[in-house]
Amino acid sequence: MSREDYEVIMGLEVHSELSTKTKIFCSCPTTFGASPNTQTCPICMAMPGTLPVLNEKVVEYAVKAGLATNCEISRNSKNDRKNYFYPDLPKAYQISQFDKPLCEHGYVEIEDNEGNKKKIRLTRIHIEEDAGKLNHDEFGGGSLVDLNRAGVPLIEIVSEPDLRTTEEVEQYLKKLKSILEYIEVSDCKMQEGSFRADVNVSVRKKGDTKLGTRTEMKNMNSFRSITRAIEYEVDRQIDILEEGRKVEQETLRWDDVSGKTFSMRDKEDAQDYRYFPDPDLVAIKLSEEYINQIKENLPELPESRKERYLDQYKLSQKDARIITSSKYLSNLFEEAIAECNNPKAANNWIISDISRILNEKEIEPSQIPFTGKQLGELIVLIEKGVISSSIGKKVLEELFKEPKSPEQIVKEKGWVQISDEGEIKKVVQKILENNPQSVADYKAGKEKALGFLVGQAMKETKGKANPKILNELFLEELKKEA
Amino acid sequence: MDITKLTVHELKQKLDNKEITIPEIVSAYINRINEKEKDVQAFITTSENEALEKAKEIQEKKEKGEITKQYAGIPIGIKDNICTKGTKTTCASKMLENFISPYNATVIEKLENENLISLGKLNMDEFAMGGSTEYSYFKKTRNPWNLNKVPGGSSGGSAAAVASDTVPWALGSDTGGSIRQPASFCGVVGLKPTYGLVSRYGLVAFASSLDQIGPITKDVEDCAILLNMITGHDEKDTTSIEMEKIDYTKSLKKDIKGIKIGVPKEFFGEGINQEVKDVLQKSIQKYKELGAEIEEFSLDIAQYALATYYIIACAEASSNLGRFDGIRYGYRTKEYSNLRELYKKSRSEGFGSEVKRRIILGTYVLSSGYYDAYYKKAQQVRTLVMNEFNKAFEKYDIILTPTSPTVSFDLGSKSENPLEMYLSDICTVSVNIAGVPAISIPCGVNSENMPIGMQLIGNKFCEEKILNVAYAFEQNLNFREKYKPEFKN
Amino acid sequence: MQVSKDELLHIANLADITISEDEINQYLINLEEILNFAEVVNKAPIEGLEITIGANERKNIFRKDEVKIFEDNEALLKNAPTKDLNMFKIPKVINT
Repeated sequence: MSREDYEVIMGLEVHSELSTKTKIFCSCPTTFGASPNTQTCPICMAMPGTLPVLNEKVVEYAVKAGLATNCEISRNSKNDRKNYFYPDLPKAYQISQFDKPLCEHGYVEIEDNEGNKKKIRLTRIHIEEDAGKLNHDEFGGGSLVDLNRAGVPLIEIVSEPDLRTTEEVEQYLKKLKSILEYIEVSDCKMQEGSFRADVNVSVRKKGDTKLGTRTEMKNMNSFRSITRAIEYEVDRQIDILEEGRKVEQETLRWDDVSGKTFSMRDKEDAQDYRYFPDPDLVAIKLSEEYINQIKENLPELPESRKERYLDQYKLSQKDARIITSSKYLSNLFEEAIAECNNPKAANNWIISDISRILNEKEIEPSQIPFTGKQLGELIVLIEKGVISSSIGKKVLEELFKEPKSPEQIVKEKGWVQISDEGEIKKVVQKILENNPQSVADYKAGKEKALGFLVGQAMKETKGKANPKILNELFLEELKKEA
Repeated sequence: MDITKLTVHELKQKLDNKEITIPEIVSAYINRINEKEKDVQAFITTSENEALEKAKEIQEKKEKGEITKQYAGIPIGIKDNICTKGTKTTCASKMLENFISPYNATVIEKLENENLISLGKLNMDEFAMGGSTEYSYFKKTRNPWNLNKVPGGSSGGSAAAVASDTVPWALGSDTGGSIRQPASFCGVVGLKPTYGLVSRYGLVAFASSLDQIGPITKDVEDCAILLNMITGHDEKDTTSIEMEKIDYTKSLKKDIKGIKIGVPKEFFGEGINQEVKDVLQKSIQKYKELGAEIEEFSLDIAQYALATYYIIACAEASSNLGRFDGIRYGYRTKEYSNLRELYKKSRSEGFGSEVKRRIILGTYVLSSGYYDAYYKKAQQVRTLVMNEFNKAFEKYDIILTPTSPTVSFDLGSKSENPLEMYLSDICTVSVNIAGVPAISIPCGVNSENMPIGMQLIGNKFCEEKILNVAYAFEQNLNFREKYKPEFKN
Repeated sequence: MQVSKDELLHIANLADITISEDEINQYLINLEEILNFAEVVNKAPIEGLEITIGANERKNIFRKDEVKIFEDNEALLKNAPTKDLNMFKIPKVINT
């Protein structure tokens, strides 16, 4: 049998760090990249005798995430201990949630390029604490434990096995990331590890109803490595089945360098986490009032923004989807419109030039350095004829380098468009004199020659000549000479 | 005048009358420690020099009026599982032999705020697991009434130090009887407060849902005074209760006429030593004479509570003691070739046998396949025990029982048999399971002059009533005048 | 409740504790005795009773999301048996 005869079944466990100021159970800051063990205290270092106190924002943010993903919010919830030994887990237990997560039974809707929609069901969202970090010791040959990240709050979002393709996985993750960014509960920086996904994969022959044995893959830190890991693991599982062997249920670690997965734990070391309710923490009981208040203050979500863009600004389905896929692009768009009142132009800039530059620079929309207001000002400068649209593109490049007011950039660079007819006429005459051959060609019917002459004039004026006037004057002069 | 024989309220009076100074008090205790410690061995760490210096400093500041706290300068001993910044906190374990806490427990902050002076850290069963203080890694503390006998445990060092006058009072901790049983064995007063009344922040956890810090004192009035100092809400402990501060000395002297005392017959059954029963019966008679209404009733929970106690306490302990892994602090094995070996050897060498036994039992009852049969059932039994106590307190103000089925026993006589040791907690553990307060006060001695303790249990947050009922009895019996520890060899 | 040697070793492994050969029998006897005693909980009249987690019924005790820096950072690492670059040093861990 071939690969096409198999169906791939995937479910995801996404861990997203919450953007609270302090850790989940102590008052240490959560800033990324601090010097080792400087954001620690007796509590997150698990000194004997210390006790956890739950950060109220963690509950609020998790409920927000639950509401934004159509979950039911549990009225009664609690914290449980998950017991295991690992040097990045100082208490030898992780405070998590076992049988009473804060949120359950939700879904997010994904959409492919053709606009086909699919609901991915969420099993649950629960709160837990992040572990510390192990660094490799360059000189001593050991490992070094840094506990700055220990106790940073996380939500774990667990999906049902509703995903079938790598494309769906990517759409799902991007959608989730965008929702969490919109509701401002997480920064979702994959490269900093604040948004991570573990993938559960199994395969079965098409038509089978029983699920195959699944493996869990960890340690993928980009969309691309997730896709690669899935492709590798699917091939591996199909090969095993094709050879008549059985897939073993295990946890695998993706290695991006070798492009392979490796088994993470010894088989004899079967894990038994001995979950039990944490006696140091009291029950969480959420009132209707509390939940409703969060619901009412939830910001507009991507889905609803998209509908509004279609309706209010008449954007195409595709453009609306791209812009709303990121809170940052969408906010840029709205701020630009507030300045220039020209949705069509703002849409075009974002979809074409800005997207192209993001791609070239390999940066995320969140890293766009300039504001929507500045984009709006740029659009206004072009509308007013102060600069041409080709100068506009150069201004955009400048905005990426050093964000300041476009008007100032234009002024400093001397890019103000020349609209003075007398001045342009001088240039036109000079170009005509210097290019008799082109003039002759034009007269002989080669209309392309006009383009060449206009181009020369633009070069002469460093692109600043008003192109409309320039064109008119050339035609006028050429007619005269006839 | 022998300073060390005085209670704290008596010391305070002498200080107020300027009959003695703080350095005199501290020096007297240091002398007493030098004299008695070699026999009793109650201390793991003494801080004599620091105490003397502090005594001078506080005396000066007091004279200048810079310190006005009522009990400023009074010394105290601290059980060695309560974290004290900058000095060793060992939990009587090889695991923490050299551990120096980077912070103070909340109760320590409170005592420092009262300008009390620590004389040192007191011996205990390793990680508070045990009932004889024989499971200490460092030393075996002796009972001041008979040096061949155990002081009880786990707060054996605290009780023995108070009984031998090497500290005027002490802090202990009580998870299943660890304050009350040693208090009873050593003929002193020990109170386990309502769960949540005293902050657990900085108490090295044994079983989080059962542990409470409490006073061990010479008499009931001192007990009320020390309780006043350590209670109060602490935002660092979410199980700590927010309630208005009570002055526990206020109602001590109230008449107890008409107080309803329930006597559960199951606590006077066959497992209880006859001499203990006899002395308790006399005490009940005394309460009748004092005007209390005594009624026998059935509280058939002791066996269930004891089984539940060992399941819950060990389960929580197995998780609480996971952090001792030899990485950030504590004992690390000398030789290891990989991480797993570092963990296993450090833990196996750093913990004593009783601690390991309880970790293994706790791990077992939480492991898959056994959770429902043991841990979950135990949590249901816990509800049962609470319900039964609630019912009892609808009828009675106080429940009266022996503190321990026996008096103190010989060193080495039980430490080899864990189950027998566990069974001797039968009278005390239900109190922790239900989260209610209870005091142990001495009520007599047996034929060998070993003290017998009486336990008075109250409803949640009824410490005032317990202390009142205990005080009335104490004034009437006058135990401290009649019986004295003899340091018999 | 009979506990097998394998079971005991599995449990000890979960707790990261090594039990020496001569300790095994003692532990097995202790464990069996204690577990037999603990069986009492199965005889208790607990039909329909809810579980109790803590000894009091407090709920929703939260902390404000406000940064407080622990000042004595040095004291936090002071007890470490081995350290380097302000981190705890341990044998090399491969699966990070």
